[in-house]
Amino acid sequence: MADKYQIKDLDLFYGDFQALTDVNLNIEEKQITAFIGPSGCGKSTLLKTLNRMNDLVDGCRITGQVLLDGVDIYDNYDVNLLRKNVGMVFQKPNPFPMSIYDNIAYGPRTHGIRKKALLDDIVEESLRKAAIWDEVKDRLKRNALSVSGGQQQRICIARALAVEPEVLLMDEPTSALDPISTNKIEDLVLDLKKYYTIVIVTHNMQQATRISDATAFFLLGKIIEFDATSNLFSMPKDKRTEDYITGRFG
Amino acid sequence: MFHSKPKSTFYKAHPLSLLIKILVWASVCITAFVLLFIIAYIFIKGVPHFSLDFFSLKYNSNNVSVLPSIITTIYMILISLLTALPFGIGCAIYLTEYAKESRFVRYIRVTTETLSGIPSIVYGLFGMLFFVTYLKWGFSILAGSLTLAIMILPLIIRSAEEAIIAVDNTYREASYGLGASKLRTIFRIVLPAAISGIFAGVILAIGRIVGESAALIYTAGTVAKIPISGFDSARTLSVHMYALSSEGLNTDKAYATAVVLVALVILINFLANTITKKVGNK
Repeated sequence: MADKYQIKDLDLFYGDFQALTDVNLNIEEKQITAFIGPSGCGKSTLLKTLNRMNDLVDGCRITGQVLLDGVDIYDNYDVNLLRKNVGMVFQKPNPFPMSIYDNIAYGPRTHGIRKKALLDDIVEESLRKAAIWDEVKDRLKRNALSVSGGQQQRICIARALAVEPEVLLMDEPTSALDPISTNKIEDLVLDLKKYYTIVIVTHNMQQATRISDATAFFLLGKIIEFDATSNLFSMPKDKRTEDYITGRFG
Repeated sequence: MFHSKPKSTFYKAHPLSLLIKILVWASVCITAFVLLFIIAYIFIKGVPHFSLDFFSLKYNSNNVSVLPSIITTIYMILISLLTALPFGIGCAIYLTEYAKESRFVRYIRVTTETLSGIPSIVYGLFGMLFFVTYLKWGFSILAGSLTLAIMILPLIIRSAEEAIIAVDNTYREASYGLGASKLRTIFRIVLPAAISGIFAGVILAIGRIVGESAALIYTAGTVAKIPISGFDSARTLSVHMYALSSEGLNTDKAYATAVVLVALVILINFLANTITKKVGNK
């Protein structure tokens, strides 16, 4: 398998605080890679470096390289194009306060698509891919905030898919949802693996074992262990990984 | 068990609760009474003096028509808002989305706060010295409404700033995450989400415009005609009321004017609310 991302010697600072130390990681194409670890260990921070959302944080500084398809995204790279190619789903469902249709169409419109017929197709296809079309097809003009939290999160996934990304970053996408909605999202993520490279941050170790192919365990801004998910959970090489996955801390 | 207990025993055990409850209710009653009393008083004194002549196109000393003042008031509101809104919202966008916390930004904040506390007569004096005298516009609705625009600017900046800050940051993240530029994020996501808060500021601003008299006497003058151009002098409803009651001959018509003023304010609030709801539900 080809590497979608190659992260080389990455250090990240918020002001004086070093949030990531010497991160080296390869993320394979069309696989699900999970980041696990206790709160504040840097897993979300690393996720946000993959589409440069950290640019929005004052005083954030980076050394090292993040290569996407072999090109350094921190070296003279069009950040809007990067974020079009690398979609993101957030911890809390955050649909815009507008209609479901306009939510999905916002991304394509941003990138210059104006034709109504084409937008209609994109909206339907995206909602279908996110497994929510049947639930909302009769109320596309309704405000997206009027549906349930689980449905909102799938609308957010559809919104991210509408700009045809290659990578999907998910920052604890089910932590605000009930078990049934969580289940639906997990099934959906497994399904999306066929088309997209997926990186998911999760607090939930069962979730990582259920859906991911590879898992990275973070502690205090460092990657302690990175391996195929089945290996990492069945025979961790590092004592700290073992302590964490057996619930001794975190 | 607790809520099935009769109230009287509860208050016997907690006499302070009873006292507080009585005080709160008394405040509500007094406030409502004062408000209703004022409105009723104005209506009782004013409505009987309504007639067709009162709304005729021309004002003269035999027939103190209110129509020129209504039209002037509407002109004033429109010109002041059209001038102040772009600057006010632009300033609020800069302060919230672009400016980093710095000494310069703190100075802007202190300045706007100070400006909102300055008595309107001071703005009137400035308007007279600058627009009327220095720019040689004379007493004119343009001089008057630009003075008012400066006066409402801090109010609009503050309310727009607060409305923009209140917009959930996750909306901005989602927009950036889709590859949208900062400008698109501000105009397509942030401002629409903030629109109801901005409108609340606009309603307050309209209240100040409609209620202003002192600053206008020195800048727009008191001519009681329908203004034809921006450089004509004219009087708004408040100035009209002031003139009528100070002349002492037409106090009854001053009350009638007050009724028109109150009705206009209610109408504007109603319209603004309807617009806000329409925009918000899009």
